[in-house]
Amino acid sequence: MKLTGAQSLIKSLEMEQVEVVFGLPGGCILPAYDPILDSPIRHILVRHEQGAGHMAEGYAHVTGRPGVAMVTSGPAATNLVTPLCDAYMDSVPMIAITGQVSRPVIGTDGFQECDTVGITRSVTKHNELIMEPDDIPLLVRQAFRLATTGRPGPVLLDVPKDVLQAPAEWSWPGDEEVAASLPGYKPTAKGHPRMIKEAARLIAEARRPVIYAGGGILKSRAAEALRQLAERTGAPVVTTLMARGAFPDDHPLCLGMPGMHGNYTAITAMQKADLLIALGTRFDDRVTGKVGSFAPDAKVIHVDIDPAELGKIRQPDVPIVGDCRQVIGEMVRALEGTEPADLHDWKSQISGWQERFPLHYDAPAEGDALKPQYVMEVLRDSAPAGTILASGVGQHQMWASQYWRFTEPYTWVNSGGLGTMGFSIPAAIGAKVGRPDRTVWAVDGDGCFQMTAQELVTASSERIPIKVAILNNAYLGMVRQWQEMFYEERYSEVYLSPDLPDYVKWAEAMGCAGFRVESPEEVEPIIAKANSIDDRPVVIDFRTDAREKVFPMVPAGASNDDVVVHPAQKPGGERLVQ
Amino acid sequence: MPASPSHQTLSVLVENRTGVLARVSGMFARRGFNIISLAVAPTDDERFSRINLVIDVEDTSVEQITKQLFKLVHVVKISELHASDAVERELLMATVEARADQRGQVIELVGVFEGKIVDVGTNHLTVMLAGDPEKLDDFEDLLRLHGITELQRTGRVALPKLDRSAPPRLRAQGKAS
Repeated sequence: MKLTGAQSLIKSLEMEQVEVVFGLPGGCILPAYDPILDSPIRHILVRHEQGAGHMAEGYAHVTGRPGVAMVTSGPAATNLVTPLCDAYMDSVPMIAITGQVSRPVIGTDGFQECDTVGITRSVTKHNELIMEPDDIPLLVRQAFRLATTGRPGPVLLDVPKDVLQAPAEWSWPGDEEVAASLPGYKPTAKGHPRMIKEAARLIAEARRPVIYAGGGILKSRAAEALRQLAERTGAPVVTTLMARGAFPDDHPLCLGMPGMHGNYTAITAMQKADLLIALGTRFDDRVTGKVGSFAPDAKVIHVDIDPAELGKIRQPDVPIVGDCRQVIGEMVRALEGTEPADLHDWKSQISGWQERFPLHYDAPAEGDALKPQYVMEVLRDSAPAGTILASGVGQHQMWASQYWRFTEPYTWVNSGGLGTMGFSIPAAIGAKVGRPDRTVWAVDGDGCFQMTAQELVTASSERIPIKVAILNNAYLGMVRQWQEMFYEERYSEVYLSPDLPDYVKWAEAMGCAGFRVESPEEVEPIIAKANSIDDRPVVIDFRTDAREKVFPMVPAGASNDDVVVHPAQKPGGERLVQ
Repeated sequence: MPASPSHQTLSVLVENRTGVLARVSGMFARRGFNIISLAVAPTDDERFSRINLVIDVEDTSVEQITKQLFKLVHVVKISELHASDAVERELLMATVEARADQRGQVIELVGVFEGKIVDVGTNHLTVMLAGDPEKLDDFEDLLRLHGITELQRTGRVALPKLDRSAPPRLRAQGKAS
């Protein structure tokens, strides 16, 4: 059967069960936008290509299916670089399709030409420039296979305009043909039996074990397996920023988030552990603090589907390459018949820390601005069941992760590895498209909001009713916190103004409902009102206290032993280390 | 020929595709790994090429480098060749000053090393030598005494030593994601 390259591309996406494409057309990708009109695929027209990329990520985070972004060549492709890098860092399955100048023009600095494949090589799991129209179906199938198997990640296909216009032979390749076309790609899913046995032995011997659960638990859909392992062993669980929701926060074994702004107990339990069971995680510097003094007494079992993560930062005692869900299942089976270790002393040590160092913030004095932590608490307590929370990057992100109570997987959408400001609004839109049945809240900072707010126009016109809570402290808050703590309160280029822009008017101009909240009494009723609005996006401008800092905090480069708790929790006064 | 602990040879079988060398060299650049020398050529199977890399392993483990290489979809197989288990060869060409009064000495030197004279000019000779890399180093040092005006080396190619009594210690690793 003969089609055009463009028809072949769209048909291939249909064959891959793509239900939605986030994109923005332009010269070189134009031919692909014609068959979109006749396709059941929903196209969501974004206002900036970065938005398309983050929407695809948000969609992938909550559905587990790859998000698809399609944009034109040159500046559109370069606008996609940030989301690609974000997806690469956080192992998010994503397909990017970019237009390219026609084949004879490639290399001549044509209008809107850029070396997309060259530029994105280091921020994609794989990319291809499609030079033959007949190759389209196979390369699309390869792209989906690469994006969703092994360690997931973004894959980019760059398609010249004349390839889209040319006649193309349509033939949908079978699984074997796809496998044969990727002779160098064979991810290992099953764990090595000897290593599993060794892991079971270490678990049985451990007296102070901690399960260190990372985003790989969510990617491999291993939340249930993780719960079984935790309950079988009695080992407490920390969930990294990428793994929030992978283990319920209300479970008695849950210690919450570790790392730079983690719970005191999560951080300290890892420091004192004699065994870390690291599952789908990569010993990120935000978790380990100074690597040389991270969990110094712990043996390490490290499970990851990416062999390069094993031994990259910390040499494991038991390295296991494999899919978390399979390997955890194998570990639980290997533990059958063994007595769970007596962890009584360890548990009582842990509950001592939990009692002494819960999350804390000072109640506001009369006339103080809103406490951002209080806003998060009310948002959490008013949220309908199953609410999905997205966040940008900075103080508000840490408060969101700290104060939310995650009880199910795939309800947290954030930018962990790359730390992309402006992530939350487009990611929340993508999440709402993937899960229209859920309430989706985006918690944003005023700095982040200004980076991608234009996508609220997309949300309004496409009727995607997300809700945005701006914790507006008129500052680039996290930078301000560092300048306060480590640069002698010399505030350099961090002030943004609380009312320039006017967020309520801006929201209304973009077709959203807009509210401003300045006093504690208004917080609950306005959030309730926002939760009741279902026909358009909502933006609430919460005027929050700029002096609030995120605690606990492990200063960059310091040891996790030197975690700084809230000043009110420190009998011995400030223990700041720089 | 003792293996220097500071570097190691990797023989990387890759799909013979546009941009594959850029993927490999780009990965080295991005991760801060060092390539000392590099040689690329098609194999007997036209679908694949072989990249021979001599890599700096002083600051990075070979293991981490090979694992990162394996993450490239077009990398099919990697063999770590230790100098003691491999036959390594490299080719050197040099243009050397060789005025009438010196020419005899240069020709003699090339003869001792079993090299070849490949071009002759009024005051210069271009010479070549193929051999193991250490021998090339010695040759280069001695040529330098006469004055080298141009020098080009290919980067080394290597194959595992053949099985005589014990099996060769060629470590081929399985492919993962």
